[in-house]
Amino acid sequence: MDPHIQSYKKLGGVLGVLLVLTAVTVGVSRLDLGSLSLGVAMVIAGTKSALVLLFFMHLKYESWLIRGSFLMTIGVLALFIGFMFWDVGFR
Amino acid sequence: MIPRPWAVSTERNRAIPMGETMSNAVTSFYDTPFPARFRGVWSWLFTLDHKRIALLYLGAATFWFIIAVVLGFLVRMELMTPGRTIMGAETYNAAFTLHGVIMIFLFVIPAMPAIFGNFLLPIQIGTDDVFFPKLNLLSWYLYMLGGALAIVSLFADGPPDTGWTFYVPFSVSTQTNVGLTLTAAFILGLSSMLTGLNFITTVHRMRVPGMGWLQIPLFTWSLYATAWVQLLATPVLSITLLLVVFERVFGTGLFDPARGGDPVLYQHLFWMYSHPAVYIMILPGMGVISEIIPVFSRKSIFGYKAIVGSSIGIATAGSLVWAHHMFTSGMSDVAVFVFSFLTFIVAVPSAIKVFSWVSTMYKGSILMTPPLFFALCFIYLFSVGGLTGLVLGAAGPNIQVHDTHFVVAHFHFVMFGGTGFSFFAGLHFWWPKMFGRMYHFKRAYLSAILIVTGFMLHYVPMFILGLQGMPRRYYDYLEQFAPGNFFAGLGALIMVPGLFLMVINLMVSLKQPVDAPADPWGGTTLEWSVPSPPPLHNFIERPRPGKYPYDFSRVRTP
Repeated sequence: MDPHIQSYKKLGGVLGVLLVLTAVTVGVSRLDLGSLSLGVAMVIAGTKSALVLLFFMHLKYESWLIRGSFLMTIGVLALFIGFMFWDVGFR
Repeated sequence: MIPRPWAVSTERNRAIPMGETMSNAVTSFYDTPFPARFRGVWSWLFTLDHKRIALLYLGAATFWFIIAVVLGFLVRMELMTPGRTIMGAETYNAAFTLHGVIMIFLFVIPAMPAIFGNFLLPIQIGTDDVFFPKLNLLSWYLYMLGGALAIVSLFADGPPDTGWTFYVPFSVSTQTNVGLTLTAAFILGLSSMLTGLNFITTVHRMRVPGMGWLQIPLFTWSLYATAWVQLLATPVLSITLLLVVFERVFGTGLFDPARGGDPVLYQHLFWMYSHPAVYIMILPGMGVISEIIPVFSRKSIFGYKAIVGSSIGIATAGSLVWAHHMFTSGMSDVAVFVFSFLTFIVAVPSAIKVFSWVSTMYKGSILMTPPLFFALCFIYLFSVGGLTGLVLGAAGPNIQVHDTHFVVAHFHFVMFGGTGFSFFAGLHFWWPKMFGRMYHFKRAYLSAILIVTGFMLHYVPMFILGLQGMPRRYYDYLEQFAPGNFFAGLGALIMVPGLFLMVINLMVSLKQPVDAPADPWGGTTLEWSVPSPPPLHNFIERPRPGKYPYDFSRVRTP
C-alpha cells in the first residue's frame, strides 16, 4: 500500500489522541503550576501540532528534504526572535 | 534588409548537438493559448502558461521601472543646484518616497524571479510549467492590485512622504496616505511569497528525471535560494505593515514608548524583512551572471558547488544581519557588535561568487556580446557596492556615514549596478529565447556604455558627498555640497537617455521577423535546447539533462 494513504484506524487513533490531549490542556489549565504552566501548555500544544503535521499532513512519510525544510522554517523563526535579544537583553 | 550583426557574429558559434535537431517550425506558445478556449487579450489575462505570465510581469515591471526612473531623475534634477530647482520640498519628499517604493516593491524585488524565473525555471529543470499554475496567475493579479493601490495612494489625501522604510513614529503620525501605501506593500508581499512557494515546490517536485540537485543550472539554484528568503522573510514585513496600520487606526501603542511600546522594535521588524529583501533582489541577479559568464567564456563555470553553496550561504547569513541598519538607533552595544560581525560574514559567499566568475573567464575563449558586456559591468559595479557595504557594516565608520549620501551610493551600486545590470544582462541574454528575435548589437552596446558612464558620474560623487557629511533625503544643502550634486545630476543626464535607448532598441527588435535560432549563443542549459520562442509545453520530447549543466565540450568555438 502507498504509505501516503493511511488507514482509517490509524487516522482515527491520531484523532483520539488529539482529543485526549485537548482534554489534558483544559485540565492542566485548572491546576496552579506557577511558572511551569506556560511550559506545560506549550509542550502539549507542540505535541498536538507535531501529530497533525506527522500524520494528517503526511510529514512522517516525506523525504528528509521536506522534513528538513519544515524544521528549518521553525529554526528561522526562532533565530529571528532570538537574535532580537542581542538588543533587547543588553540595552 | 535590417542589419543583423548577430547573424554574422554568432552563427558560427552556435552549439551543434541539441539545438540543431529541433527546428523553429514548431508552433510557439504565442500561437497556442492555454487554456485553449481563450482568445486574444483573454488568452493573456486568463493564461496558465508560465511563459505568458512571465511576459505579463515583464510588461508591468517595465511600466513601473520607467515611472520610477523618471521620478528618480526628477529628484536628481531638483538636487542639481542648491535651493528650489524644479519642485517644492513636499513634492520632493513624495517623489523620493515613490521612487523608492515603486523601484523596490514593484520592480527590483519581483522583476528577476517573476520575469526570468517564471519563464526559465521550468525550462531549465526540464518541465512544462510551474507546480501551481493558477497560483502563479494569482500572484500576477496580486502584483497588479498592489501596483494599482500604490497609484491610488498618490491621488487620495496626498502621496506618502515617509521614505520607503515607513519608520515610526513619523509614519504613524503623518497625515498623508501612508495606510493605503502600506496595504499596497502588504499585497505585493503576498504576491512575492506565492511566487517563492511556487518555485520551491516546482524545484522539489518537477525536475526532469535524471536531474539531481547538483545538475540544476545556477540560475535556478539562485531562484531556489531566493524563494526560501521570499517565503520566510516576507511574512515579517506583512505583519509589521499591518501593525503600523493598526497603530494608525486604533492607536495600539506598540511602537509608542509612552504606552510601553518600542519604536526600535519597528526597525527590527522592518529590517528583518528588508535586509533579506536585498538578497531577494541580488541573488537571482547573481544567478543570471553565473549563466552568462560561462557561455561567453566557452568554459565550464569555475566552482559550481561553491557557487551553489554561496547562494545558500548568502540566503542564510543575509537573513541574520538586519540590525546593521540600526547602529545609530540606540540599540544595545552588544547587538551592534554581533550584527557588525555577522555582516562581515556575508561578504565571504559574495566574494566566492565574484572570484568564481573571474576565474571562469581566465583562459576562456571569450566572445564579447551585449549580455556579456552588461555582465562585466555588473561584476565591477557589484564589487564596488559590496565593498562599500563593508564600510557601512563596520560599526565605527557607520556612525560617520549613517544616513548620508554614502548609503545612497552604496545601495544604488548594489541594487542598480548589481541587480539592475544583471537584469539588463539577462534581458539581452534571453531576449531571443523569449521573443525569437535578436536586437541591434551596436545600439545595445551604445546604451550600455551610456548607462555605465552616466552611472559612474551619477553615484561616485555621492560617495564623496556622503563622506563629506551630506545627509540623504534632504531637500536643500550647504554650498560646499554643490559641485558633487551638480556632477551627479550630469551623470543622470547621460544615464537616463542610455536606459531609454536600451528599452527602445529591444522594443524595435519586436518588429523583425521571428528568426532567432534555438541557441544563438552556444549555451548548454536546457532552455537553449528548445526552439525560440518555446512551444507551449516547452519540450517536444523529454529532455535528457547532461551529467553537468555547463559542459561546453560539444560547443563549437570559432
